[in-house]
Amino acid sequence: MLTALLIIVALTALAGIASAANATNASDSTLVERIDALLPQTQCGRCTFSGCRPYAEAVARGSADINQCPPGGQRTAQALATLMGVEPKPVGKEFGVVPEYPAVAFIDEAACIGCTKCIQACPVDAIVGASRAMHTVIAAECTGCELCIPPCPVDCIVMQPPPGHTH
Amino acid sequence: MASRHALRGGLRLDAHKQRSTAKPLRAASISERFIIPLDQHSGMSAKPIVKPSDRVHMGQPIAQPGPGISAWLHAPASGEVIAIEARPAPHRLGAPSPSIVIANDGRDERFASGINVNFEQLSPADACNHIALGGIVGLGGAAFPTANKLESSLCEDGPRLLLNGAECEPYISCDDMLMRERAGDIVYGARALMHALCAKSCTIAVEDDVPEAVAALRKAIEAAADQRIHVHVVPSVYPAGGERQLIATVFGVEVPHDGLPADIGVVCQNVGTAAAIARWIRDGEPLISRIVTVTGDGVREPGNLETRIGTPIASLVADCGGYTERMSRLIMGGSMMGAPLPHDDLPVIKATNCVVAASTLDLQPRGPEMPCIRCGACSQVCPAFLLPQQLHWYLHPYDGEQLNRHGLLDCIECGCCDYVCPSQIPLVERFREAKPLLTRELDARIAADAARARYHARTERLERLEAEHRAKLAEKRGKRREGHE
Repeated sequence: MLTALLIIVALTALAGIASAANATNASDSTLVERIDALLPQTQCGRCTFSGCRPYAEAVARGSADINQCPPGGQRTAQALATLMGVEPKPVGKEFGVVPEYPAVAFIDEAACIGCTKCIQACPVDAIVGASRAMHTVIAAECTGCELCIPPCPVDCIVMQPPPGHTH
Repeated sequence: MASRHALRGGLRLDAHKQRSTAKPLRAASISERFIIPLDQHSGMSAKPIVKPSDRVHMGQPIAQPGPGISAWLHAPASGEVIAIEARPAPHRLGAPSPSIVIANDGRDERFASGINVNFEQLSPADACNHIALGGIVGLGGAAFPTANKLESSLCEDGPRLLLNGAECEPYISCDDMLMRERAGDIVYGARALMHALCAKSCTIAVEDDVPEAVAALRKAIEAAADQRIHVHVVPSVYPAGGERQLIATVFGVEVPHDGLPADIGVVCQNVGTAAAIARWIRDGEPLISRIVTVTGDGVREPGNLETRIGTPIASLVADCGGYTERMSRLIMGGSMMGAPLPHDDLPVIKATNCVVAASTLDLQPRGPEMPCIRCGACSQVCPAFLLPQQLHWYLHPYDGEQLNRHGLLDCIECGCCDYVCPSQIPLVERFREAKPLLTRELDARIAADAARARYHARTERLERLEAEHRAKLAEKRGKRREGHE
């Protein structure tokens, strides 16, 4: 009888330890990766960090809120809130407008002067071109971050729905 | 040869095919006007190569394939192109779709294509191209461009060819009549497909409730004296004719859920597609006509009609004696997966296998929806090994990850779960709505992973360039100091 009781207590303790071990995060880098996996990888910097990974690290540290990503929209804010175990909240207006539809950059080739400033600005190398040669955006690789628009000296870049999509 | 492997789940349904198979095949009345939607096949719309007021001959190409997966379209009769504009289309449930409208001059003057091929001497790749020129698409309902499908299975270790004659959905009997009366065409098409694919064998799967069809096929195979072709009988359980279900039942192998039959060396084609290939290769007639079942308690004389593509459905109903007083709804397809049509002023397209003029005897109206009682009947009948009650659970609130884990995208929308649900929940409708949401999410994740990789690659490149630059500067500084000393 006593042995049976001791065995049951031991098994219960083991089960408890096992579930507790799974509940806590094994390491902080795993948490950062899990946060980063929820981010859209636009690399736009609207969250005030220099890319998605720095933002993920800040959220993991607790030094950034879960509602700072406009391209991720409400879905990302909700998913981050669930992951971090905090109250969900709407995307902060101070970080930018949540886009209504996906958009990619488009260069008006007639106006382009081949200065390469947009190529240098693109965080994912989605613009093809060279000095004094035509520049063009590879729509499939463009994340819609809009970082190419301010540097253009002739203002020839606009945001458009991706080719094949109607707005 | 009977089936060794049983269909998982499924339902034994009343076939409702007796009335439409009582009489032989006959030709539908030739229409005065043909409306041919440009997007009636899977993939990209075809592009018109004629313009209004052009004269066309019967069988003349009128639209060429768009980029990627697409198909040719041909004139079903000789006459004049009177318009290329949006017209109500059946596969858009009556919503408009750009279509070529041809006025029939009644002369049926055939187009001399000038194509003269000895099919057996063509290489497999050329054989596929030739099949494409005939506008051949899958006639089982999905209208997938056949050449595109064949091209991805060309001669890789000689795939097994499976011809799908397992017409499992109630009301549809066009394939049954085709097998009974034109088994020779099917066998000819099978041999052509085997040549194009370098296939070593062809299995024609048929259900056990169509003995005349089985007999006719066996006779045609004997007449062709082709040992590579044989008939395989499967139990008549719905949906035995689903492509993945049939492959599992006949060959005992499962198509990976995220793959295609070509990945496991199988190519599946509808028997109607094989017959259409025969007509094109042997008789030079491209796909401008198909057998359509017109049936239901709402039509006076059900039957199967050889119908030109573009014929208004109203004309077919008139050919079958018109509607009865009990007519209530018009369905394109069968009673399980058919689509409701708002009216009959819609054209027959390549995918139109059946039109059901249904009365309340055929289709009971759905009762009010009640909460799921977790009875599990849906899971018992699902032929795709899914748990519809769990999929339903994860729809509200929407949980994309769980829906994906539970295989939402593997649902074949057969309707078995709908049929058995005691709470009358419109499960297939809900799954159909959720699929594009999930697909978009999964696509966004793939795009995000690609963006992250490019971002890392760029960061590394810039750091490397920076390091090289600094190293060069250090070297220069070093050299300068040496020069001073």
